[in-house]
Amino acid sequence: MKKEEVPQDESCFSRTNMREVVYAVDKEGKYGKALSSGWDAKTIALNESLQLIDEQLQETIQKIKQDELSPIAYYMERHRMDVTVLSGYVGFWQWKVKRHLKSKVFKKLSEKTLHKYAEAFEISVSELKNLKFED
Amino acid sequence: MKINFEHNQSAHCENGVVSNLLNYNGFKISEPMVFGIASGVFFIYIPFVKINFAPMFSFRPVPGFIFSRVSKRLGFKIKRHKFKSKEKAQESLDIELGKKNPVGLQVGVYNLTYFPDEYRFHFNAHNLVVYGKEGNKYLISDPVMPEVTTLTAKELEKVRFAKGPFAPNGHIYYPSQLPDTVDLEKAIIKGIKQAYRHMLAPVPIVGYRGIKFVAKKIRKWPDKIGVKKTNHYLGQLVRMQEEIGTGGGGFRFIFAAFLQEASEILKNPKLAELSVEMTAIGDQWRDFAIDASRLYKNRSRETDAYNKIADKLDAIAMAERAVFLKLKKAIK
Repeated sequence: MKKEEVPQDESCFSRTNMREVVYAVDKEGKYGKALSSGWDAKTIALNESLQLIDEQLQETIQKIKQDELSPIAYYMERHRMDVTVLSGYVGFWQWKVKRHLKSKVFKKLSEKTLHKYAEAFEISVSELKNLKFED
Repeated sequence: MKINFEHNQSAHCENGVVSNLLNYNGFKISEPMVFGIASGVFFIYIPFVKINFAPMFSFRPVPGFIFSRVSKRLGFKIKRHKFKSKEKAQESLDIELGKKNPVGLQVGVYNLTYFPDEYRFHFNAHNLVVYGKEGNKYLISDPVMPEVTTLTAKELEKVRFAKGPFAPNGHIYYPSQLPDTVDLEKAIIKGIKQAYRHMLAPVPIVGYRGIKFVAKKIRKWPDKIGVKKTNHYLGQLVRMQEEIGTGGGGFRFIFAAFLQEASEILKNPKLAELSVEMTAIGDQWRDFAIDASRLYKNRSRETDAYNKIADKLDAIAMAERAVFLKLKKAIK
């Protein structure tokens, strides 16, 4: 990549003063650092993945409305976590966390267990229990 | 207290922390040099590990390898601590800062308040330097950021004790003993040797063979798993390739910069030529990313389009094979 070819497209960096370092050659062919404000090809890839996360979240919301999944599933995805990460934060085995994602199991959870999840999501227990979606 | 620490923005966090900490300790070394000595150039495709619903592609070795390889090859020692207790972790940090010793920390990205939202994932192998404390605020030099910044004690604790894969557990590290003389030439040759050994490894999912393997898969994916999933997999590949920290083109440009620098130090003009070839390969990767992004933007259903970008990937694989074979000859 030549220095004058370093892309300066609009990206999430544009909102802040952030720039990222890439390596490029100058006219004499000498390598050095150059700053890039973003690159469309990359932004498209990033947006595609964020969109997928959002689609997944909408699906989860539907399943919570149908009383299949518990609010834990919603907050987990909102925080871009998966079962592995969440199990790290609450200190339960992964199979246990997976069980807690089921609405049926969730309803029988103790205050102590709920408290751990609420803490991980930085919300109150009542917020966790009374998750409501508008139709 | 504030240590007179020079913040240099770099492409990659791990290279950057190593290079900035060594510079502070009186050993001037550039980011590409750190990367090259650590044999940072790599490719691996791990179909059975799924991240964000797509298989894992990586253009770099496992986090932490860069630091440990550089220290081994340059002959300096690293002190490392991990903690169970958050209080002890902070105490130990404060003690080092009190001794005017800037330290590296491994942290999770998700709660780094100064990162753009789009980049906040549960990735726990980010690195930064703490170079002082003023009141309740720690002075932070994050190598991927243009300027230095600050984090409160609470914020810093949160990222130091992020959970999930590669959980940092308060991991703190700093070079403790620098050698009097460094054999840079020997370190460079070691770095290059391991790089071509890995890139030419007789393992189907590693190095140039790994790239070929992915190309083969891309031809089959549209029929096997559908266009939507294929596009998502391609998106993952492009993200890993152009992720912040790669310096563009899946680290190929940083590696080319290293070859250029190494050519001067070893007085080996062959390496400068190979640097030019490596740059061309980096450009090929960028081309591939553009084509891939067009594919999933238009969501076109022609299988031919997938064959075409698979061809590009095949060409990259063969070009990398050629360069690393030449590299092997060049340092004999």
